[in-house]
Amino acid sequence: MKRTNARTLALLTSMMIVVLLAGCGGNNSPTTNGPSGNTNANAATNEPTEKTTLTLMVGNTGTTLEALKAVATEAEKKLNIAIEYDIKPDGTEGDNLVKTRLATGDMADLLVYNTGSLLKAVNPVDNFLDVTNEPFMADVLDSFKSVVTVDGKVYGAPVGSSSAGAILYNKKVYGELGLTVPRTWDEFMANNEKIKAAGKTAVIASYKDTWTSQLFVLGDYYNVQAKVPNFADNYTNNKAKYATTPEALRSFEKTEEPFKAGYMNKDFLATTYDVALKMLAEGTGVHYPMLTSALDSILQNNPDKINDIGVFPIPSDSADVNGLTVWMPSGMYINKNSKKVEAAKKFVDYFVSKEGQAIFSSKVKAAGPYVIKGIELPDDAYEGVKEMQKYFDEGKTAPALEFVSPVKGPNLENLTVAVGSGITSAQKGAEDYDKDILKQAQQLNLPGW
Amino acid sequence: MTKLTIRTYSYLFLVPAFLIYFVFYLLPTALSLFFSMTRWTLTDWDYIGFDNYVTFFSETALSIGFRNTLIYAVVTCGLKVILGLLLGAFLTSTALFKNYLRSVIFFPTLLSTIAVGIAFSIMMHPSSGLINTSLAALGINGPDWLGNTKIALLSVALVDVWKGVGVATVIYIAGISGIPAEYYEALKIDGGSSMNAFRYITVPLSRPAMNSVIILAFIGGLRSFDLIWAMTKGGPGFTTDLIASIIYKQYQAGFYGLATAGNVILFVGVSLLAFPLYKYLTKSEVYL
Repeated sequence: MKRTNARTLALLTSMMIVVLLAGCGGNNSPTTNGPSGNTNANAATNEPTEKTTLTLMVGNTGTTLEALKAVATEAEKKLNIAIEYDIKPDGTEGDNLVKTRLATGDMADLLVYNTGSLLKAVNPVDNFLDVTNEPFMADVLDSFKSVVTVDGKVYGAPVGSSSAGAILYNKKVYGELGLTVPRTWDEFMANNEKIKAAGKTAVIASYKDTWTSQLFVLGDYYNVQAKVPNFADNYTNNKAKYATTPEALRSFEKTEEPFKAGYMNKDFLATTYDVALKMLAEGTGVHYPMLTSALDSILQNNPDKINDIGVFPIPSDSADVNGLTVWMPSGMYINKNSKKVEAAKKFVDYFVSKEGQAIFSSKVKAAGPYVIKGIELPDDAYEGVKEMQKYFDEGKTAPALEFVSPVKGPNLENLTVAVGSGITSAQKGAEDYDKDILKQAQQLNLPGW
Repeated sequence: MTKLTIRTYSYLFLVPAFLIYFVFYLLPTALSLFFSMTRWTLTDWDYIGFDNYVTFFSETALSIGFRNTLIYAVVTCGLKVILGLLLGAFLTSTALFKNYLRSVIFFPTLLSTIAVGIAFSIMMHPSSGLINTSLAALGINGPDWLGNTKIALLSVALVDVWKGVGVATVIYIAGISGIPAEYYEALKIDGGSSMNAFRYITVPLSRPAMNSVIILAFIGGLRSFDLIWAMTKGGPGFTTDLIASIIYKQYQAGFYGLATAGNVILFVGVSLLAFPLYKYLTKSEVYL
């Protein structure tokens, strides 16, 4: 009797372990397991009348998700393809999740993710479907293709419009104070002085959301490349450094100067992105270095103020150099290991078609020109975007560094907070950033590091 | 039952526990030692020797991280030990509402650390936060709790103490309740005051409890991560970075080998500090 008990107990315990282990293994992604389990069965029977369900991983910042949903609703009627959303966080948290999900073979069928250096960090060759020769890529502009190309193959379709890293400013206050758009850094600082004298915040900083602190560095790249045309190549090959290239070091100094001059808002370390946009819209703050995609959030929160907001490039030290640093839109990638690649292709095809783009742009207004041939900026584009168009027409634009070099240090946002709040000097910040990119370059196994 | 089974069957009971221990503790520990010497992308790795350790030690932020971690561990541990003892002694006395107060003290422990962190970072907003508006009502100009680089770390440490002192108190209560009443009676007969009782009986005889609190709070402080991440994310800049938050940032950036090296360093660091401390503390323990 005793023996039986012992055996039963041992058996029970081992069963419990098995259950425990199975539980641990299977619980990785409750969001995808349930629904995709059903659809796999559907795909197996593969009847044309049967609805296919695709999973799509996308971040939830801004209105991209809403616009995607609108396109997907239409696609469901037209293509009989339904989309299940797999929401991911944005920023480094999201990068981390994407890398982990890719490494564990747990990625959704479609992924909306950054282009440029961040894409290169997730090993697209092994993870995403090569769409170089897909018909739907034919109308996509080369400027976009170049930022989703790895080893000569194209991996993604554009989601949304391009945008710029620039200074958003309140035109109403500019009018009241009789200011003109500055063409040089000195003029910019002079404007700041007048704004400060008028009792308003000259430069809004929202360092509680650390990523917002990087714009004076990232958005200044047009000025860097105008003076040092081969900076990107030398930087990628470990020959040029931020700390030792005076024009690049200027970007860090520009981060530092508004703080030193006392132009920034009170409590800027506790200010969030949303609060900053509100300050700008209401005119209590006048300059906000930001991506123009922020216009979309202003429209959501302060729709009546949207046309008070203008855009000008981050000024350089000479009036002849005055252009915009451009961000390419995110890309939509097809998971190479998905079981439903064909349906995914159909969906992407519909998404970039004129019809799909019309639905998309009715929900999220452009923050800059589109990157698909034949898709023009609508007449009711934001005032700020119209101001940008001028620079595009004159060819005074350059892609941000992260689109021309795979090297982007992950700690830039913390370093710019430190520089921008006077904790470290611009010189030290640039030196630390050079060390930070060393790790990224080594991780990517780039030659010369 | 044969003699052999009698001698061996009991080990069968250890198998499940050992399996779990092996798969979830021993194996990852051994693997992490290996991966800390590689450049690792989760799918692929290159052996690079001790380069990761060199990189980790040459990080500017790391020297801040080491210092901050020590300050954080010492401050939170010290306050928990002292406050916990006082609260424990008070709550084992004949105070009014004793049971109610016990639950009040223990309550913060039940909350999620992230929720506490978010709530406090809102309350600590320099101009519109609850703390500074209350201080302003009293005519005091409150500091920027999380933005001032000199006090940000201490602000987080104080929240940690608020949240963690409940556990320390409960351990003390258990320890103090275990002290036989005879000692206190003897002290009374000899004419000792209640201060004497605290000084000469409660404190020395709650040493085992105190040691547990010190060890738990100190190791907890060294590995602390969640609260600092919820409140400051190591910022502003790198001023409140702890070793654990630095490791997390490396991991987020996709430097898996480097982050693993950081974990090995943290593991060695905690062991080097905690084991001697434990040895020292248990040596001076008084047995009842």
